[in-house]
Amino acid sequence: MIRVVDPGPQTTVQDGGRVGQLRYAIPPSGPVDRPSFVLANRLVGNPDGAAALEFTLIGPRLAAEAPCAIAVTGADVPVLVNDAPAAALTTLVLEAGDIVRIGAARAGVRGYIAVGGGLEVPPVLGSRATYLRGRLGGMHGRALARNDRLPIGTAPVPRARTVASTARPRWGGELELRVVLGPQADRFTDEGVATFLSSAYEVLPQSDRMGARLKGARVAHARGHDIISDGIALGAVQVPGDGQPIVLLVDRQSTGGYTKIAAVCSFDIPRLAQAKPGQRVRFSAVDVATAHRLLEESDAALAGVDLEEIAS
Amino acid sequence: MEINTRVRALDYLIEQKAVPGVIETVPSYRALLVYYDPSIVGYDALCTELAALADQATTTTMPPAREVELPCCYDGELGPDLEAAAARLGLSVDDLVRLHAGAEYLVYFIGFTPGLPYMTGAPEQLTIPRLDTPRLKVPPGSVAIGGIQCCVYSVESPGGFWLLGRTPLRLYDPAAAEPILLKPGDRVRFRRIDRREFDDIAARVDAGRFHAVIR
Repeated sequence: MIRVVDPGPQTTVQDGGRVGQLRYAIPPSGPVDRPSFVLANRLVGNPDGAAALEFTLIGPRLAAEAPCAIAVTGADVPVLVNDAPAAALTTLVLEAGDIVRIGAARAGVRGYIAVGGGLEVPPVLGSRATYLRGRLGGMHGRALARNDRLPIGTAPVPRARTVASTARPRWGGELELRVVLGPQADRFTDEGVATFLSSAYEVLPQSDRMGARLKGARVAHARGHDIISDGIALGAVQVPGDGQPIVLLVDRQSTGGYTKIAAVCSFDIPRLAQAKPGQRVRFSAVDVATAHRLLEESDAALAGVDLEEIAS
Repeated sequence: MEINTRVRALDYLIEQKAVPGVIETVPSYRALLVYYDPSIVGYDALCTELAALADQATTTTMPPAREVELPCCYDGELGPDLEAAAARLGLSVDDLVRLHAGAEYLVYFIGFTPGLPYMTGAPEQLTIPRLDTPRLKVPPGSVAIGGIQCCVYSVESPGGFWLLGRTPLRLYDPAAAEPILLKPGDRVRFRRIDRREFDDIAARVDAGRFHAVIR
């Protein structure tokens, strides 16, 4: 078991995601920065989609009740084990009684803590991911609270490894997000589309797991902002009447009635997930073939992340 | 309604054929969103296959729709907009209830909040613009009309529809073995009940001892 000493502002159990429920208006949830989540699991010898923790801006304080391996990835955070600095992006082996404290993000927004064996909260509708708005899954459908105890699966002690420095993400700066235009790009003026593709948009503090809210040059509609409600894909960019784009994320509504100008390609969602309020993004359009090629490259890059053995 | 039937028929065909690479589908009024894995099937190949299935969908017979009965109490505080809606529509309260409960509704799709049905089927006399000022909090189970639609709120949420009554059933129960009650394509009928029966059914729902009538 892992006991929660201090949960942090928003820490939830997430696994690879809940598939097949969007038709009932239950989104997939899961990690907003999937590659970081996967890396955490690999560092502790778990399958890629094993249930782990996602924290937001400030990490939790956890107590190991039995020996276990953990790894912290994602946002750049200080990690302390029993008050001594420990490495992120690295397999850490804990003894019973050890206290891990994860501090405030210096860069990035979401971090991941994987535990060897995975978190064994009961699955709901086939997944351990937490859908907060629906009070579904994870730890009783909510964020972690003080004194929660997280059951861990049994697993052999993994090889201790660290992500090579060349493979470590760097967060911050202005982001370029590739998009595929549509499905309602024709509901915007040519000028509106051009504005969308040439302006810098600022990430707003109201952004959350449901969507990244942006502020910037108004994107002009041709004939109103309403459509007959249809499905909303991951990364869909809705533009309501105020002309301010919203990029829909893992806890999004399944359907909606606002015009969608484009969709952010899935391989650029992780960097958006790590964009702090105030950070700026720009959109650039690619065709579907290019998007698929870039997706393949991104998947290959994640598969090939260099994990170096370290002396344990 | 015809387009939505084709949407659901296409959805059904995709599921029956287990089209390789399709991860999941989301029906809406007149569109079907198809999530797919490009490492399994290419975009053009999938479009070609879906176009062929869409053609077939015009004549496909789907399995018979489920008929779901939702008990609904229109009394007092459970139907806070009933009188105002009747006045707005130029109907007596009795007529409004009779017309609403006498209809058969089709679930076009589920959206907005988990388990919330988008339905039509009410007679024309019940067409009513949405509230000028939406409510910030609508209780779950509220049976409501707006435009030509009828919906049943599945969680506490904001809402712009006129609240005519309430069902003691849970359209969404995260703690239940099957959290979602209604599915796209279901036919729904409301059975008028009094407050006493409402409270009785609600107690049984709480205790896990009530099963919705589904044919």
